[in-house]
Amino acid sequence: MEGGSGPGKNEVAVKLGSSDHLLGLMTTRRDELAAAWIEVVSQTLAGRISRAELDQELHELYAALVEALRAGGLDASGEHYTEVRALLAELSRNRARQGFRPAETAVSLFALKRGLERLLDDGSADDVAAYLALSRLTDELGMFTVDSFAASREQIISSQAEELLELSTPVVKLWDGVIGVPLVGTLDSARTQVVMEKLLQELVDTGSAHAIIDITGVPAVDTEVAQHLLKTVVAARLMGAECIVSGIRPQIAQTIVALGIEFGDIVTKATLADALRHALRRSAQRAALSVGDAA
Amino acid sequence: MTVAEPDVGEVRVQTIATSDDVVRARQLARNLAVECRLSLVDQTKLVTAASELARNTLVYGGGGSLSGALVQDARRRGVRLTFTDQGPGIPDVDLALSDGWSSGSGMGLGLSGARRLADDFDLRTTVGAGTTVTVIKWTH
Amino acid sequence: MSDRVPILRIGENLLVSIQIDLDDQTVMNLQEDLAAQVVKYGARGVVIDITAAEIVDSFVGRMLSTIASVSRLLDAETVVVGMRPAVAITLVELGLSLGGVRTALNLEQGLAILAKRASAGAAGR
Repeated sequence: MEGGSGPGKNEVAVKLGSSDHLLGLMTTRRDELAAAWIEVVSQTLAGRISRAELDQELHELYAALVEALRAGGLDASGEHYTEVRALLAELSRNRARQGFRPAETAVSLFALKRGLERLLDDGSADDVAAYLALSRLTDELGMFTVDSFAASREQIISSQAEELLELSTPVVKLWDGVIGVPLVGTLDSARTQVVMEKLLQELVDTGSAHAIIDITGVPAVDTEVAQHLLKTVVAARLMGAECIVSGIRPQIAQTIVALGIEFGDIVTKATLADALRHALRRSAQRAALSVGDAA
Repeated sequence: MTVAEPDVGEVRVQTIATSDDVVRARQLARNLAVECRLSLVDQTKLVTAASELARNTLVYGGGGSLSGALVQDARRRGVRLTFTDQGPGIPDVDLALSDGWSSGSGMGLGLSGARRLADDFDLRTTVGAGTTVTVIKWTH
Repeated sequence: MSDRVPILRIGENLLVSIQIDLDDQTVMNLQEDLAAQVVKYGARGVVIDITAAEIVDSFVGRMLSTIASVSRLLDAETVVVGMRPAVAITLVELGLSLGGVRTALNLEQGLAILAKRASAGAAGR
């Protein structure tokens, strides 16, 4: 910038000064700046969040920002910005949960600059420096917002995955002596294990000698999952029950062969209906024999 | 291998000198597994591994001892069982760990089976001086 | 100290229920007692109920296979019933397949298998 011995030293001086000036601007023009800010944000979010809620959220943030600026200058990662970061984290979390995009979340912060933009035309050199200072500050806090948003999203996804694990593993009774597990979605090792233990327990509880594992809804399997399936079928057999695997997709069949996994003499059927027919025929044979035996 | 995990609680010791002691070794393993709150399947796997290893200690090691303890690392709890004997040792460890190999009356699944059932497995043996096998089962 | 596991006789079948944690000697005794009783009573079937067994290790697994093979030579079919899921999963991990042993989920289904075999045998004679 203008003159000075070293650029580094000079920059720090400008920053410190501009921080004070920015604080002054944000304090004296509080209502004007806050209103402009909220107006821009509310337009971006297009009524998907109530005006009253937005008012409260941003006024709180504004106040915290002014306070942080007063106590900690422009050091956005310093301890004086703890309150600001907490508010931003909460804002990001809420936006993530409400289904907003990361850009829509970050704009809540960047829009703060709009109110000061006029200063670039007719303001003093100090005003311009203050605008640049704010710009840097919002850049840094904006990145923080995006990070928080991503973290919240990930949290939501992993908790949904857990719920899915609970929801998506039903073991249903298909017929007397026949139970079924319709598997839908990607199978990982943990989920496969949970389903399989549940299946074996259900065999005991219902006294069902046949189980159908339908994987029509499973897009792909890896070696570990295929091994778990295989072990379950063997375990069921050790307990005295037969498993039928139905709905193997062509890609999965190719994977199984390519991986060199031996499915051995496990009964596989194209569809759940075929599998059920097979199971019923088998249990009918049993029943017929015991009836014949009784007669 | 994590033989040096810190103990939580007392170390329990069981002499293995008779076939009744193999039963007691299983019970010791079961008690620890329950205290550690391992899942039912993991409890079963640990007790089965303990049974195999205790029998090995008795039959091949000429007797010895089991010491068991609860252990803990940064993320989880576990049960550690250590079987020690002063028997003849194992000349060829790789061979002894392969399926189907047996020098005695078992099905040759003792060592290799116990290794598959445990999460961590460590075997130290010196010919003429004895064998120590340590297994750990962790909570998930 | 080695106990004897009681062997019950129901018609043409022998029934053994494993209730306690057995030591190896008791397991060996059971194997011998069963073979002797199959011959003594001309039994056609043997049911081993392991509902109460918390584990089946390679020693007990081998005993089950041996009993099945010996009984078959003596013209009796063996069915192991009531294996717990955790036990079955552990056996698979252990690498034990219980070759030659027939299994059923519960006592009722085990007896049905033996009855079926008996009727098939009667028809053949």
